[in-house]
Amino acid sequence: MKIGLFIPCYVNAIYPNVGVASYKLLTSLGLDVDYPLDQTCCGQPMANAGFEGEALKVAERFDQQFAKYDYVVGPSASCVSFVKENHPHILEKEGHECHSAKKIYDICDFIHDVVKPKSLPAKFPHKVSIHNSCHGVRELGLSTASELNMPYKNKLRDLLELVGDIEIVEPKHIDECCGFGGMFAIEEEAVSTQMGIDKVKDHMSTGATYITGPDSSCLMHMQGVIKRDKFPIQIIHIVEILASGL
Amino acid sequence: MSTKHSKAAEKFLKNKAQAQWHNETLWMVREKRDKISKEVPEWEQLRHKSQDIKRYTNSHLAELLVQFEENATKNGAIVHWAKDDEEYREIVYKILKNHKVERFIKSKSMLSEECGLNPFLIEKGIDVVESDLGERILQFMDLPPSHIVLPAIHIKREQVGEVFEEKLGTEKGNSDPTYLTHAARKSLRDNFLHAQAAMTGCNFAVASTGDVVVCTNEGNADMGTSCPTLNIAALGLEKIVPNLESLGVFTRLLARSATGQPITTYTSHYRNPRQGGEYHIIIVDNGRSELLADADHVDLLNCLRCGACMNTCPVYRRSGGYSYTYFIPGPIGVNLSMAKDPRKYSDNVSACSLCLSCSQVCPSRIDLGEQIYKWRQKLDSVGKASKEKKVISGGLKFVIERPKLFNFALKCAPIVNVTPRFMKYNGLNDWGKGRELPEFAKESFNTMWKKNKIQGEVKR
Repeated sequence: MKIGLFIPCYVNAIYPNVGVASYKLLTSLGLDVDYPLDQTCCGQPMANAGFEGEALKVAERFDQQFAKYDYVVGPSASCVSFVKENHPHILEKEGHECHSAKKIYDICDFIHDVVKPKSLPAKFPHKVSIHNSCHGVRELGLSTASELNMPYKNKLRDLLELVGDIEIVEPKHIDECCGFGGMFAIEEEAVSTQMGIDKVKDHMSTGATYITGPDSSCLMHMQGVIKRDKFPIQIIHIVEILASGL
Repeated sequence: MSTKHSKAAEKFLKNKAQAQWHNETLWMVREKRDKISKEVPEWEQLRHKSQDIKRYTNSHLAELLVQFEENATKNGAIVHWAKDDEEYREIVYKILKNHKVERFIKSKSMLSEECGLNPFLIEKGIDVVESDLGERILQFMDLPPSHIVLPAIHIKREQVGEVFEEKLGTEKGNSDPTYLTHAARKSLRDNFLHAQAAMTGCNFAVASTGDVVVCTNEGNADMGTSCPTLNIAALGLEKIVPNLESLGVFTRLLARSATGQPITTYTSHYRNPRQGGEYHIIIVDNGRSELLADADHVDLLNCLRCGACMNTCPVYRRSGGYSYTYFIPGPIGVNLSMAKDPRKYSDNVSACSLCLSCSQVCPSRIDLGEQIYKWRQKLDSVGKASKEKKVISGGLKFVIERPKLFNFALKCAPIVNVTPRFMKYNGLNDWGKGRELPEFAKESFNTMWKKNKIQGEVKR
């Protein structure tokens, strides 16, 4: 089983340690992981802003870069779901079939559903509040959307429960948006910032000292709020917790 | 970078206490909806069923409408067809004029808002009274609804007290809800008794029986129709449901989704004219049939107008109904406005973080969020794309299609971290108004990988 590691642009530029943790975690599980060189971006920022056509070339390149792997795995639910949900019809317009969409996984989804480890050596002696990010929940099904009348399941919680000394909580508005939304964050600056503040406060009301989740983009947005308002809470990508001690 | 929506939203959020109240109040409605929907084990099946019936209806609309007309006519009703808002207004006016109606009572109807009925009739000299309490308050204040189910949700009781003092002569400074409700009731009773004609909207029109079904909580729609022998109902043509069995699916979903009640207090079936009277039913198209040919957006005709998508929408809750430029706000309003006129209403599509909660909460499973994404793709072709967003997207495209340039940019990016604050945080930086910028890493993942720093750390 050959795995191509997908590192989204902002992880590459801002949170490379999330990439490092992803690589360490996957290899520690005995997997054959490779990083196709010089990755850039999946094209979601332009597409969400209304310029899906601008993502065509990067979607083509993405499919070529990951052609030889059995799985594409990335530490970002939103980017993964963009490839899964939107690359196929973007490429279809040019008559290309999208192969990546069928084999791409968010790293948590992949570890939970494909690798299924019984234990992890990780320890994280802190109280963490799970940030169930929108696309992870409502497109990838990492947890059951709060709107649905279905038994609540949460793959992120399942994985965090394998970590030693950790205390896991979830906010009251269990899967409300943090307000990032790509260019929404600047076009609707006031609403976006208010959503960010409300979300961080909701996480803080659990008594957690860390907010963790599968999307660096949401975490980045909340970090911006936390730093500006000097809130006593930190962000950490879930993979960094799962890979702690490696 | 801004839109009419984002500017209005910024203004709305300036009144922090009121904005927080608005957000929390509508969230409470969402929570009530969550609680009661989870008491119905087959809830998700019902949503699927609702979607199936609506899709069946949309694809058999012509025959179902004719069936409805036949049955309604058999019941003694007079059925009218209006191709647009103008025809709808004229039909109503003609009926009222023929019967020399001066005092007219009508219950809540978003269709009448859509078609501008009240101002039209008032200009013709007809005294129109809204019987829904929220709508009556707004009528006194000369304001449009800010929510389709809770039209006056943005008005505080102190404001109601003030306007009632002026219009109904209530005590000065008394904003006790019970007192004000009694005052409204007393004044409305007079309107109910003396109206010469009454009008209702329609939640569902049953093709197999010709019934017009009106769902309300206050009972004022029923009070309004009780005395006059001239009654009118108007419906958008998507309100057709095939039969009473399918109606059962929708009545189970509607109130639970809208307000968290098992069912509305009143679910009234209007079938025959009153003795010696007339019952007119107006079926209105006003652009709806055009959606039938639009595969991306035809499901908008599934809408039950429950308002659940507004209550769940994190943007609607934090920006209020008036920040949208269409008479229906929230996710469904963004979509319907674009279906109506993308050039005129393009300012609403910014009001979405694509969280997709609306799509999951919708009792008819309309892919509201996904459709907003699709409308955004169409903005450029109608000349309404944001210039700034276009430039940013073009720039991003240029960089990310060129890995060498991308890597070079990432190498240079950390300079931003040490750039003086005044250069980063100014009027040009919308992100930085309320948030700190992220800090770029000293070395990108691409660089670390090339230097073998990552692979080297892992013991195989």
